[in-house]
Amino acid sequence: MQNIVLLETVYKIYTMGEVDVTALNGISLTIKKGEFVAVMGASGSGKSTLMNILGCLDSPTRGKYYLEGIEASQLSKNELANIRNKKIGFVFQSFNLLSRTTVLENIELPLIYNKRISKIDTDRVHQIMKILGLEEFQKHYTNQLSGGQQQRVAIARAIINNPTLLLADEPTGNLDSVTSMEVMNVFCDLNNKMGITIVLVTHENDIAKYARRFIVLKDGKVLSDTPSQSTASDISQIPCETIS
Amino acid sequence: MTIPPLFKIALRAIMRNKLRSFLTVLGIVIGVGAVIAMVSIGQGAKVMVEKQLESLGTNVLIIIPISTTHSATRGTTGTITLTAEDVLAIKKECRAVSYVSPGIRTSTQVVYGNMNWTTFVSGVGPDYQIVRNWHLVSGRFFNEQDINIMAKVCILGQTVATNLFGASDPVDKWVRVNNVPFKVIGVLSTKGQSPTGQDQDDLVLMPYTTVQRKIMGVTYIGVALASSVSAEARFEAIEQITSLLRQRHHLKLNEENDFSVISQVEFASTIMETSHTMTVLLGSIASVSLIVGGIGIMNIMLVSTTERTKEIGIRMAIGAREKDILFQFLTEATVLSSIGGVVGVIFGIVLSKSVSYFGSWPSLLSPPSIAIAFFFSNMIGIFFGYYPARKASRLNPIDALRYE
Repeated sequence: MQNIVLLETVYKIYTMGEVDVTALNGISLTIKKGEFVAVMGASGSGKSTLMNILGCLDSPTRGKYYLEGIEASQLSKNELANIRNKKIGFVFQSFNLLSRTTVLENIELPLIYNKRISKIDTDRVHQIMKILGLEEFQKHYTNQLSGGQQQRVAIARAIINNPTLLLADEPTGNLDSVTSMEVMNVFCDLNNKMGITIVLVTHENDIAKYARRFIVLKDGKVLSDTPSQSTASDISQIPCETIS
Repeated sequence: MTIPPLFKIALRAIMRNKLRSFLTVLGIVIGVGAVIAMVSIGQGAKVMVEKQLESLGTNVLIIIPISTTHSATRGTTGTITLTAEDVLAIKKECRAVSYVSPGIRTSTQVVYGNMNWTTFVSGVGPDYQIVRNWHLVSGRFFNEQDINIMAKVCILGQTVATNLFGASDPVDKWVRVNNVPFKVIGVLSTKGQSPTGQDQDDLVLMPYTTVQRKIMGVTYIGVALASSVSAEARFEAIEQITSLLRQRHHLKLNEENDFSVISQVEFASTIMETSHTMTVLLGSIASVSLIVGGIGIMNIMLVSTTERTKEIGIRMAIGAREKDILFQFLTEATVLSSIGGVVGVIFGIVLSKSVSYFGSWPSLLSPPSIAIAFFFSNMIGIFFGYYPARKASRLNPIDALRYE
């Protein structure tokens, strides 16, 4: 399988006043196409920093990051923005939707920033909305929706550009357990049926178990990297089967 | 990002804070309106002056007697230096002068039936009509014979005609001046105000000989009006008149002129310059308010970009480049200022129309000044919107996303 993410001894060091804080301490990592990875760890372990670098929001201080073979650690701000637009989809804990803007417009937003697209592909927008069950809300403002609905809008926005990598930073952190399950099932579905590569940050074991690979971070280093108990052949049965 | 979504986003952001946007736009409206109104008032004044100068006659030279400064007997003696014979000599000998008319003026009362009107009586020669370029609406002008026989005839200015005769035609009617009857032989057309604000139509013309002998009992004349053969020849004409009159008045080399020759054009250009200066001054004062309006836009855009830091972060996370954010806020500022520009143009037109309507002050809307004011209002949006927009575009996406 093709390598989507390749990290080679990546360091991220923040300077806070006089003190240097090492957020990532030489992480090396590969993520292959179609994987569903859960990144876990205590707060301060470097999860968010790792996500920022994977999501091309930030560049490593040292080390190299290849996204689909492109060395993202060498790109300019503009090129990073283009990568974010075309190859990355973000889902945040706090949804981060534009308020007082309709569901439809939020979902279309990444397409506006895609230079190659002159006309928005409304068929695709409707298809995505249908998959996520948002069609009836398309004219609603996002601040009129429930948390679960809002997160589904955020997921729709994240996948509208058909990204290589979907990054979810505690996507269920603001949701109740029932809604959390619904949202996680959506992620499973995207991974299973559409083959989207997903990296999920969480500190809840219940959520992490939806993934097929677990990476635990501690003090900016990989503490453990283990596949789920289930073998590759029966992945689809656990626990994502529950959706359909 | 293409243009239509940019405008859509900008308009939405503007409509989100209606009162705030309205107040911001108001600054530009007042600025643009003030520039247009002030410039049109200045232009109006300029055109008014131009029209009045035209009404004085083209290529006009005015010769006035002055008291010589070294004379022991100043005053009345000074005023008798210019005579009708001087005028005839100018006409005969100065080649650069085409027409010349004596002028003598006194204030008097004109009576018709039970109506009376106090006005100026001007004694003039037959050339006067040509020098002043003044047409008659009815009747005829004086001829040489009227001058020679000191005919008791007169020509009325519009103001006098209206006040004595109302709507009826005064020609061939008789009016009384100093209890002497005069036959009205013509009525002058309307000239309007002079540049110095006098009503030029408030006068009665008579042959100068008649005014000298029958009304005032003097031999001198008060003024001579001449016209040079062309506008370019006026300096030559001034020279010829000066040397002729010096010779006729037996002035020695070291003696100063006992007369003065003034060119209307020079007088005119001074007034034109004044009104031009006024236009520039009014325009620049108004421009200051346009700049103040621009600062208002900058202020609001700074507040707006800070408030919307989170939105900027979201947009950046999903792929907005620096340029996209820059244009988004620049468009917003420009839309604000051009709305202000459009409303300001309307406001300015209304303002200048009402100034000329209620303040009886002429105003002339000049399309270039409207275009320039509108153009500048847009420029101000770009200029004052650039800094806040750039500040927004330079935000770090991670920090912006975390902003609450």
